Amino acid sequence: MGTTLAEKVWEAHVVRRADGEPDLLYIDLHLVHEVTSPQAFDALRDAGRPVRRPDLTLATEDHNVPTVDVDKPIADPVSAAQVEALRLNCAEFGVPIYSLGSIDQGIVHVVGPQLGLTQPGMTVVCGDSHTSTHGAFGALAFGIGTSEVEHVLATQTLPLKPFKTMAITVDGPLPAGVTAKDLILAVIARIGTGGGQGYVLEYRGEGVRNLSMEGRMTLCNMSIEAGARAGMVAPDDITFDYVEGRTHAPHGAEWDAAVAYWRTLRTDDDATFDAEVVIKASELSPFVTWGTNPGQGVPLSAVVPSPDDAADEVERVSIERALEYMGLTPGTPMRDVAIDTVFLGSCTNGRIEDLRVAADILRGQQVADNVRMLVVPGSARVRLQAESEGLDRVFLGAGAEWRGAGCSMCLGMNPDKLTPGERSASTSNRNFEGRQGPGGRTHLVSPQVAAATAVLGHLGSPSDLPTNVS
Amino acid sequence: MDAFVTHTGTAAPLRRSNVDTDQIIPAEYLKRITRHGFEDGLFKAWRNDPEFVLNQADYAGASVLVAGPDFGTGSSREHAVWALQDYGFMAVISSRFADIFRGNSGKAGLLTALVDQETVEQLWLMIEADPTTLVTVDLESQTVAAGDLVAPFDVDPYVRWRLLQGLDDIGITLQSESDISTFEASRPAFAPTTLT
Repeated sequence: MGTTLAEKVWEAHVVRRADGEPDLLYIDLHLVHEVTSPQAFDALRDAGRPVRRPDLTLATEDHNVPTVDVDKPIADPVSAAQVEALRLNCAEFGVPIYSLGSIDQGIVHVVGPQLGLTQPGMTVVCGDSHTSTHGAFGALAFGIGTSEVEHVLATQTLPLKPFKTMAITVDGPLPAGVTAKDLILAVIARIGTGGGQGYVLEYRGEGVRNLSMEGRMTLCNMSIEAGARAGMVAPDDITFDYVEGRTHAPHGAEWDAAVAYWRTLRTDDDATFDAEVVIKASELSPFVTWGTNPGQGVPLSAVVPSPDDAADEVERVSIERALEYMGLTPGTPMRDVAIDTVFLGSCTNGRIEDLRVAADILRGQQVADNVRMLVVPGSARVRLQAESEGLDRVFLGAGAEWRGAGCSMCLGMNPDKLTPGERSASTSNRNFEGRQGPGGRTHLVSPQVAAATAVLGHLGSPSDLPTNVS
Repeated sequence: MDAFVTHTGTAAPLRRSNVDTDQIIPAEYLKRITRHGFEDGLFKAWRNDPEFVLNQADYAGASVLVAGPDFGTGSSREHAVWALQDYGFMAVISSRFADIFRGNSGKAGLLTALVDQETVEQLWLMIEADPTTLVTVDLESQTVAAGDLVAPFDVDPYVRWRLLQGLDDIGITLQSESDISTFEASRPAFAPTTLT
C-alpha cells in the first residue's frame, strides 16, 4: 500500500526505531528566537553540552523587537536583556544569528523560506507553534517547547511518536476575492480548534494547487490553530520556482538531484489518510472571526452567532464568554462591527504579496479618521522590496504607519499593543483574550479585508468600498 | 527530573474549555530568561477577578487542576507548564489536551491525565461540593481516584515510563550517538546549512 507525503518525510528521517519507544527523528533545520531559547541554552551550559550542529541552526530576533526606532537600543530593559541573552548564547555556542539591523532579520518563519533554507522533504522545528508555516514546501515542520529546543540543540534529533494524517481537500478553484486566509479560517471553523489534534494535515486539491507559495505558507501557518502539529502541501513546480536561486538553495548538479528527489514527495494514489475533510471551494467567501479562539469564525456576510446555536453545554458557555469578552451582541451583522485598529503583518500575512494586495486596495483611498493602521513587513527584506515597489508611499499616503520588521502586534510582547477595549481587524493568527494586549479585542481577517476595513472603519471587503477616486 | 509515581492533593475546578497558553501565561512574562518563578503570571488576566477559582480560599493549596476540554491550545510556550508547576500544580486532568502542551508537560514532569469528559464532570461536582476532597493521580496504575470514584486515565506509555523513572530525555538520546552519526553521514549533499 502507498504512503502519504507526511509518512515519506518521516521515514526518511528515522535515526533509530525500537519497539515500545518513540522513533528518533533527525532534524534538518532548527530555527531559534529569543523567547523560547534562553532556558535551553542555560541547561546546555549547566550540563557542559555543546550545540551538535550549529550549521543546521539559525537564530533571529523577532518577538520582542520594536518596529520603530530599530536603530536605537531596545527601550524595554527586560526585552533588551532577552535579546542580548540570545546574542550572547549564539556567540558562545557558534550559532549564526540575524540581529535587529541585519538585512536578513525578521520573523523566523518569513526568514527561513526567504533565504531558501526551507526546502521540500526537510524536517524543520522551532520553539514556536507557527513553525507549521514551513510545511508549505512539503517539509515536515512543527513547533516544539523549550525542553525540546534543548534536546535538538544537544542532539539534532527528537524522540517522537508518529502523527496521524488528515487530508484537507479543497475541491475546485477559490472564488475571486477568496484568499488562503479565508480558506484556513473556514477550515478551522469547520473542524474546530481541537479537530487536528494528533494529526499532520495535508492540504490538497485544486484550490490549494493554485495557491502561490506565500498563500500556501498562510494556509500551513494556521494549521496549529486547528490543533494540528503540522500542515503540508506537496511540492510542485510552484515550489521549485520559489526555492531556485535563493541564498541557500542547491546549485548545478545538486539542484538537479534535489528536484529529482523532491518530485517523489507526494502522497501515493493508493495511500490512505486516517481522516479526510473535503471543502467545496465554491462555497467559500471572505471569512472573519467573531470570538476568542480561531475556530469562532463566520463568513463576513453572516451575523454574530448566539449561545442558542451551540451544540452542547460546553460550547454554549464558550460562546457566552466570548461574546462578553468581545462586547458583541448575537445577530449583529459582522459588517456592522466598528474597528479602531488594523494590523497588517505577522508570520501569517506579513509577506510581499500580502502587502501588495493591501496596497492595491488602499491606493487612492484614506484610512478612516478614527482608525489607526499598522503595516509591519515580516522581514527587513520584505520591507526593502515593498519600498522598491513604492508600497510604503501608498500606505503612508493612505494614512497608515509603515514599520520595521518583527512580530509586532500579533502577540503583545513588544511596544505594539492594543489598549483595553480596543478592537482590531488583524491579519495575524490568534484572537485569544488579551493576545494583542490586555483587554484588546481581535478579529482575524485576510489582508484584503484588513485594507478595506481600514478605509471603512468597520469590517468589510474590497467590494464594499466606494469606487476608487484616483 | 524528579520521578513521578503518585500524587494526592486537593483539586481546583477550572470550568472552561479551550484554555489557550496565552491565558495560562501571557506573553509579557515570556521575556524572562530564567526557568523558575512564573507562578505570578499563571492565569494572569483571570486572577484579577475575585470570583476566579484560584482566588477562592477554598482552593488555596490545590495541586491538581481539573480543566475543560482542549486545555493548552495555541502557543508552544513551555512557560505555561512551568507556571502551573511553579504555582504548585503536580497534575492536570482534562478530556482533551493540545499536542504541544502535552508534550511539554511530559518533558518538564507535569502529569497530564487524559480522562473522559464524564469523569471531569464528576470530579468538578465532587470538588465543588467539598473542596477538601483529596484527589489521587496514580501513574503506576494509571488511575484517578477521589471519594468513591476510580477512573482510568490515558498517558503515552513511553512518557509514563520516563516519568516513573525520572529520566533525562537527552541522556537517553545520547546513548544513540553512533546511530545519529551514521544517519548524518548518509544525508544528501544538497541538504542546506545555515552558514554562509
